[in-house]
Amino acid sequence: MESSNNKIAFSRRSFLKTSALASGGMLIGFNLFNACKENVEMPIDLSTLNYNDFNAFIKISPEGKVTIFAPNPEIGQGVKTSMPMLIAEELDVLWEDVYVVQAPLDTENYKRQLAGGSQSLRLGWEPLRQTGASAKQMLVNAAAAKWGVDASECTAKQGVITNAKGETLGYGDVVLEAAQLEVPEEVTLKDPKDFTIIGQNTSNVDIDKIVTGKPLFGLDYKEEGMVYASVLRPPAFGQLLESFDATEAKAMPGVIDVITIGEKARDYLENHAKDDNYNSWTAQLSKSDKVVVIAKTTWEAINAKKALKATWKDDSTLESTELHDEKLLALLDGTNFKTERKDGNVKKAFAQADKVLERTYESPFLPHNTLEPMNFFASVTADKVRLVGPVQTPEPAANVVSKMLGRDIKQVSVEMTRMGGGFGRRLYGDFVYEAAEISNAIQKPVKMVSSREDDMSTGVYRPAIKYRIAASIKDGKLTGYHLKEAAVNVNMYGLIPNFFPAAAIKNYQVDTANYQSNITTGAWRAPYTNFLASAEQSFFDELAEELGVDRVQLHMDLLENVKKNPEPNIKYSPERLQGVIKLVVEKSNYGKPSEDGVYQGLAVYYCHNTHVAEVADIVMTNGEPIVKKVTCAVDCGIVINPLGALNQIKGGILDGIGHTMYSDFVFDNGVPQSNNFNSYQLIRMGQTPQVDVHFVKNDIAPTGLGEPTLPPIGGAVANAIYKATGQRLTKQPYMNNLQAEEVVS
Amino acid sequence: MSTFNLKINNKTHTVEVADDTPLLWVLRDHLNLVGTKYGCGIGQCGACSVHVDGNVTRSCLLPVSVAKDMDITTIEGLSENGDHPVQQAWKDIDVPQCGYCQAGQIMTASSFLKNNPNPSREDIRNAMHGNICRCASYNSIEEAVKVAAEKMS
Ligand code: FES
Ligand code: FES
Repeated sequence: MESSNNKIAFSRRSFLKTSALASGGMLIGFNLFNACKENVEMPIDLSTLNYNDFNAFIKISPEGKVTIFAPNPEIGQGVKTSMPMLIAEELDVLWEDVYVVQAPLDTENYKRQLAGGSQSLRLGWEPLRQTGASAKQMLVNAAAAKWGVDASECTAKQGVITNAKGETLGYGDVVLEAAQLEVPEEVTLKDPKDFTIIGQNTSNVDIDKIVTGKPLFGLDYKEEGMVYASVLRPPAFGQLLESFDATEAKAMPGVIDVITIGEKARDYLENHAKDDNYNSWTAQLSKSDKVVVIAKTTWEAINAKKALKATWKDDSTLESTELHDEKLLALLDGTNFKTERKDGNVKKAFAQADKVLERTYESPFLPHNTLEPMNFFASVTADKVRLVGPVQTPEPAANVVSKMLGRDIKQVSVEMTRMGGGFGRRLYGDFVYEAAEISNAIQKPVKMVSSREDDMSTGVYRPAIKYRIAASIKDGKLTGYHLKEAAVNVNMYGLIPNFFPAAAIKNYQVDTANYQSNITTGAWRAPYTNFLASAEQSFFDELAEELGVDRVQLHMDLLENVKKNPEPNIKYSPERLQGVIKLVVEKSNYGKPSEDGVYQGLAVYYCHNTHVAEVADIVMTNGEPIVKKVTCAVDCGIVINPLGALNQIKGGILDGIGHTMYSDFVFDNGVPQSNNFNSYQLIRMGQTPQVDVHFVKNDIAPTGLGEPTLPPIGGAVANAIYKATGQRLTKQPYMNNLQAEEVVS
Repeated sequence: MSTFNLKINNKTHTVEVADDTPLLWVLRDHLNLVGTKYGCGIGQCGACSVHVDGNVTRSCLLPVSVAKDMDITTIEGLSENGDHPVQQAWKDIDVPQCGYCQAGQIMTASSFLKNNPNPSREDIRNAMHGNICRCASYNSIEEAVKVAAEKMS
């Protein structure tokens, strides 16, 4: 929480520098997460902004207009709008006078230029406001010096500085003087009640370009002389290229060449990958040689690829969904676990129990399916490697490419475009490496474009996971809780043993195990909890019924335990979780739905630093559950941009409903059985409920919203379906596992 | 390869492409009208929606040889200044998240509202059902179509 006087002393000089621009105006360079290096020079010319030493720049023109140059692109979470709002708030200018410019990222040194995660806002909350406040103080100091008065007698508001006599100067009038001043050592941040920009509905800064179809995305990026590449990758996980015949493809219109790539990526894997832990994730995608059609246009490249004839050889087991089910269930039945957290004595609690409730929850692999498929531009020449496109992790991408191609990192630049969705997929740079290897081979600027089929079937998936949750009951009371996780490749639970219900139950244990597969897996929106929350929140519903207590009361009581026995490692706040429960119960009329035929399910969760409670209202139409309305209570601290926040919250919930109810992804002998939207179901408008959002109002520092509303919704939906049908759905997607049956009430 | 004259956004463009090239790729790769997006290539997502003789059409499924004598409008030509009532409503509601699907959504909504200026909620939901928004901005899309209808009436 903010201290009451909001005065923060820190060595501002170390992260903020200023200069007077040759073209007029003041330039402020700042470095959010690291101190600036000693003796870095501030540019005086806008064409030489260097993002090696600074994260971003603010220009204040002699007309008082503010331009923020930030290289962090937009991925759909609204940070390109909300982060500048923080600067503008403390700088105290009119939002209409602020322009946000996407700056190129041309550097060997990307300090946390990571677009994504609910992290960005939380991490930027203080430093961005301090930057704005420091600049404002310098402008005030400059005006005071001009008037020959003390700065403390002057105030600044909406770009105008006023002295005690009522004389005024615009920011633009003093920029040149301000640029020469020392950066102040201490600034006062505003009291949240004085915010005029934070908390206001603010449109996405790119909105005009989006609604008129301007080029913004990676797929829209073009350069003179650029050719297009379509890559044929192994159809099955576990296979490698054996041979191919490109005769027919080469004769097709527009085709320039057919080549193979793979050697450079393999060389990187064998000789360098061990130093870079991030690259093990997509290693499987780089194992095989790949056949690449180079053509004059995207269509010609994609079309000619279909004419390639390739044979593949098996390199490792070709896995099927049945195998995964079998392996994961065997792990749950076995004893080979890693214990992630152990409180009290679960074994004893279960041995002494009157009753044990045990359920197994299952979820499939999931592709990300960003609507803009993976694509990247690369131009490799004798002295430079230029990479442009939608990737969330430019630093690792540049690092891998420099090692792959044996180039000095200083020769490699990455420019990020707006991204047509991320959901985790663009954290992995496999498509960047491919583009670079292709351009290196043909020595031409090239755009690698995945078709939807390529994108969906050669992805980095949310791994299939199964949970077995058991609770021990003695004398009608919950005495123990034991959660086991079996996941493909990577355990999700391992990273979050301190989320609810940890610390709420005396005897509590979490065990994990995994099965190593050759299918590439990785982060997917709300990693770690996107299925866990569904499973646990379904379990609690059943548990409350078993205990014969009210579902809401069970949670309230468990949270009360945490309040009584505070545990320092716990990540969530029991008070804030209770707060969202109370709010959602009130707003949704939980327990007493207003209409007949409406069934309600509740879920409560904390993840990604945000506390959320959701109630799903469903109706049965022709024997099918339809989610009609979702009520959501959110405690994310101060809401910076309510308009953007609502987009994130509603999007997370609807995305969650789609994936828990409809989306399935099955493997057969290593081959994904879905590769486009005719064989993979994404939620569509007719399946979406209205989402009604309520914020808990407080002055706590903000937390992100891109992820936390997704995980619990699967639980809320399952619990509502139970009320409507009497079926406890434990396997996702629910619609594949719902027995057609009479509706019970 | 054949030569085609295409009437797009009230201008005639001449391209030389194979007859079966989908209009989508002619727009994007040959004419640099990249507002029309590729999402699936098989008519499932609606990202590539354009107006052809006033009707919303999936340009990924329309061969250029069929499109040649038709009147084509893309997102770039929907209005002179980006102020079509649907575009305005999209701005009022701040619909886009990543924004990738939105040109297709706007083209679908604008064609629908021309034929049905007073839609019910169900009409809107049916009309927009074919357009996928992976970011799931569906609540906002629904609201914006309603606002656009009010602006147009
Ligand atoms: S790209 Fe045409 S419908 Fe998806
Ligand atoms: S806004 Fe991202 S796909 Fe619709």
